[in-house]
Amino acid sequence: MQEIKCSCGHINPYGTEVCGSCGKPLSDTDSDQLLNMRYEGAARRSQTYNKTIIDKIWNFFSSVKVGIAIIVITLIASSIGTIFPQEMFIPPGETAAQFYAEEHGALGQLYYSLGLHNLYGSWWYMLLVAALGTSIIIASIDRFFPLYKALKSQRVTRHKGFMKRQRIFGTSHVDNVDETMDKAQKILKDKRYNIRTENGNLLAEKNRWARWGPYVNHIGLIVFLVGASLRFFPDMYIDENLWVREGQTEVIPGTSGEYYVENEAFTVEYHEQEEGAEEEAAPLEDTFRTDAVLYQPEEGGTVGVDQELEEIDRQAIEVNDAFHFDDYSLYQVDYKLDELREMSFDVEDTQTGETVGSFTVDLNEPDDDYELENNENVRIHSYFPNFNINEEGVPTTENDVPDNPGFIFEMENSDTGDMEHTFVGVQANYNVSPNQEDNRYVFEFAGLDTNHVTGLTVRKDNTLPFLIVGGAIFMIGLVQGSYWPHRRIWLQRKDGEVWLAGHTNKNWESLKKDIHAVTEETQVTTPRDQTDEDDEQTAEKDENI
Amino acid sequence: MEQLSMNLLGAAFFLYLAATIFYTVSVTGRKWRDKKGEMTGNNWGKLGYISSILGVASALGYFFTRWAVAGHAPVSNMFEYTAFFAITLSLAFVILYGIYRVNVLGLITMPVVMIMIAYASVFATEVQPLQPSLQSHWLEIHVITTALGQGILAVSFGAGLIYLLRTIDLKRKGMTKRTFGVEFIMYTLISALAFIILSNVFGAMDYEANFAYIDENGEQSEKLYELPPIFGPNEGELLTEDRMQPWIEMPDWIVSEDLNTVVWAFGTGLILYALLRVLTRRRVGALLQPLFKSVKPQTVDEISYRAIAIGFPVFALGGLVFAMIYAQIAWTRFWGWDPKEVYALVTFLFYAAYLHLRLNRNWHGEPSAWLAVIGFAIIIFNLIFVNLVIAGLHSYA
Repeated sequence: MQEIKCSCGHINPYGTEVCGSCGKPLSDTDSDQLLNMRYEGAARRSQTYNKTIIDKIWNFFSSVKVGIAIIVITLIASSIGTIFPQEMFIPPGETAAQFYAEEHGALGQLYYSLGLHNLYGSWWYMLLVAALGTSIIIASIDRFFPLYKALKSQRVTRHKGFMKRQRIFGTSHVDNVDETMDKAQKILKDKRYNIRTENGNLLAEKNRWARWGPYVNHIGLIVFLVGASLRFFPDMYIDENLWVREGQTEVIPGTSGEYYVENEAFTVEYHEQEEGAEEEAAPLEDTFRTDAVLYQPEEGGTVGVDQELEEIDRQAIEVNDAFHFDDYSLYQVDYKLDELREMSFDVEDTQTGETVGSFTVDLNEPDDDYELENNENVRIHSYFPNFNINEEGVPTTENDVPDNPGFIFEMENSDTGDMEHTFVGVQANYNVSPNQEDNRYVFEFAGLDTNHVTGLTVRKDNTLPFLIVGGAIFMIGLVQGSYWPHRRIWLQRKDGEVWLAGHTNKNWESLKKDIHAVTEETQVTTPRDQTDEDDEQTAEKDENI
Repeated sequence: MEQLSMNLLGAAFFLYLAATIFYTVSVTGRKWRDKKGEMTGNNWGKLGYISSILGVASALGYFFTRWAVAGHAPVSNMFEYTAFFAITLSLAFVILYGIYRVNVLGLITMPVVMIMIAYASVFATEVQPLQPSLQSHWLEIHVITTALGQGILAVSFGAGLIYLLRTIDLKRKGMTKRTFGVEFIMYTLISALAFIILSNVFGAMDYEANFAYIDENGEQSEKLYELPPIFGPNEGELLTEDRMQPWIEMPDWIVSEDLNTVVWAFGTGLILYALLRVLTRRRVGALLQPLFKSVKPQTVDEISYRAIAIGFPVFALGGLVFAMIYAQIAWTRFWGWDPKEVYALVTFLFYAAYLHLRLNRNWHGEPSAWLAVIGFAIIIFNLIFVNLVIAGLHSYA
């Protein structure tokens, strides 16, 4: 593994294909094929060593082919995840095992059993992204340093072999070489080329910094991916939901009891209906908002249910306008209008036919018993906020949301001293006891009150700064690499002629235009594009299908 | 004002048509050069360029007057977005033509722009109020940037198509992968035309078939078909009299009336395509091929690549960076694997793969041209299919 000393005196590391100083081809010197200029023929580790296991891993990940393969596999995998909805999008209350089979048949069943319903969180998808990150890092390191050194150490004077094997190359006889060189220099300077001269030779170079674009955007991507992986660390990320009824105060989940939010009022506004619009069309919502108040428990107060709260901030929360405090944000995401809040009942004495009193139940926090005007007592024996009858035929509640309240009221019949039980529900009958019809007291539904409920999302995401920085670096690098082509034009004196060669990393037509400006004004003839002949020989590679 | 705005878009449509005609003449006119001994064709190219610039100006007039009327940038529903995508494509063409002066590029790009405008006007064109999540300046920033990026990327499709039509032998007997590929592109473009014709015909007849059906939330709902229902909705019952019964019933997670439309478009496209083939007894690509004789393949290859090199960062900025910022503000999270988000990522990855493949000279030329076509197909898929057929957060019809 020894260094290669070029005839120009430059010492090149082992594996160099093109001398970093004068451009003399150091490998397959007799060929007249175009030089591979991709990394200036510099020695890349991955092209030089392939002995140890480290070398092999390095070479695998530094290959652009492998990188592209990973990109393509990732994009195919990503699109497979949209064939059926992911688990997070299936209707709430559905179990995945049933949903996919019922909704999407055999294919859905297959989708589920392959774990594709959770594709983006699967170990192999994560592994793909990790492989992509590894590939980006290794491929960049493998290429950046040799390329940087080669471009830094390139000399103006070029070897003949280098010139001849450039894609754009031509030789011209001119009357006065000095004059031609001066003229060309001036033209290229006007075209914003950096000019370097040496022994009467000339190198015009432009936008070398664009060559670092890919490496910059790769760094940005790595920062972004690292930021994204930080989500799995504790305390970096919170995603919680809460429902708050108007007038109620709830502890904010995910804040370990540190913050409370009150829903003072909830408002929905609708767009005005267009004239001539269909009557039945649901009105389009314009805005919905929660007037929220943020509280913290008072310092030194008792911990627990009865602690004093102290207001620290208030804001109206709307979509696109979240309530930010500390590291947290409260977002308006959902709502439920006119949820039942209170129900009132009249109690009638069937013996006298008179109403003996009435009482009102707070459906969210019902009292145990209510005293009527005639000093009788009604006790709530059972309360079912969301009443239904389960498979055993027993009354039960689906959840604590008072969407369909049902009660079993208990009253003492003062005549008999018996306890009477009456079931009252919304359009539901249920006989609690066999002789319920003989009850002395009958409950009449006497009115209700409703309120709105707001649905909020609690969000904390401390990974965002990394993503912002990574994204910004990525965009800068992308623009740097995409919008500026790195162009070089060599004008050399060889054997009393002027030799011209040109190289760019993109947009050859535009490089030719720049060279054309030189050939128009001077006696330098238009160079050839040595790939033109290749184009004429487009081979028919078809096999009939 | 709203009427003026639509008139400006109509004017733009005809200016693009004029540009198409001028570019066609400029390309075919070259044949007479030998007789006259001078380049008469070139001036037509200039006229084509002037028309396309005027078309862009007029279309931008539509865009900003409509913005003034609506109070928000007209990029909030299918009509507005597709029309704007057409505008960005024409704008990108104007820029790239300015660099390369290749007349045939106008010949391909301008008709695509016209098809897009016509396709856009199939959707409801009224100015609609915004739902809460769209009431943000990020809507303007994100969508306009994304559309610009996609418009520039679409030029690479035009140039790629020219490359294929220029270099592939379409006269030979026997089908090969390549001839099939070119013909498939032609068929797709014809299907787009077929869809526009169908919509206008049935729209003129006021065709409607109303269904009661069970939606994806298991609730009773109604659906309106504007083309005869081949694919019916989930547990659908026809409410309109004298309409055909659907042949196949779709599950509730598919937007059946849109799938129905897609099938209609491609079916009619097939009939039209077959007619063309039978009447001319040649491949559709072969009919167009003579127009591209004088094109230098290397130049269109470079245009195609350059369009992607210019468009890719713009798309990444609008379709991913701004999209994430907006999603964080409106939807509480910057990324949630919504189908539209996934396909923005897929588009991004695809063009990233393209740019890496370009490092290898073997991928220049024809392989690149095929890739440019596929990339455009992904963009169109994300616009039409993901918005209309897959239900997601981005289903703004």
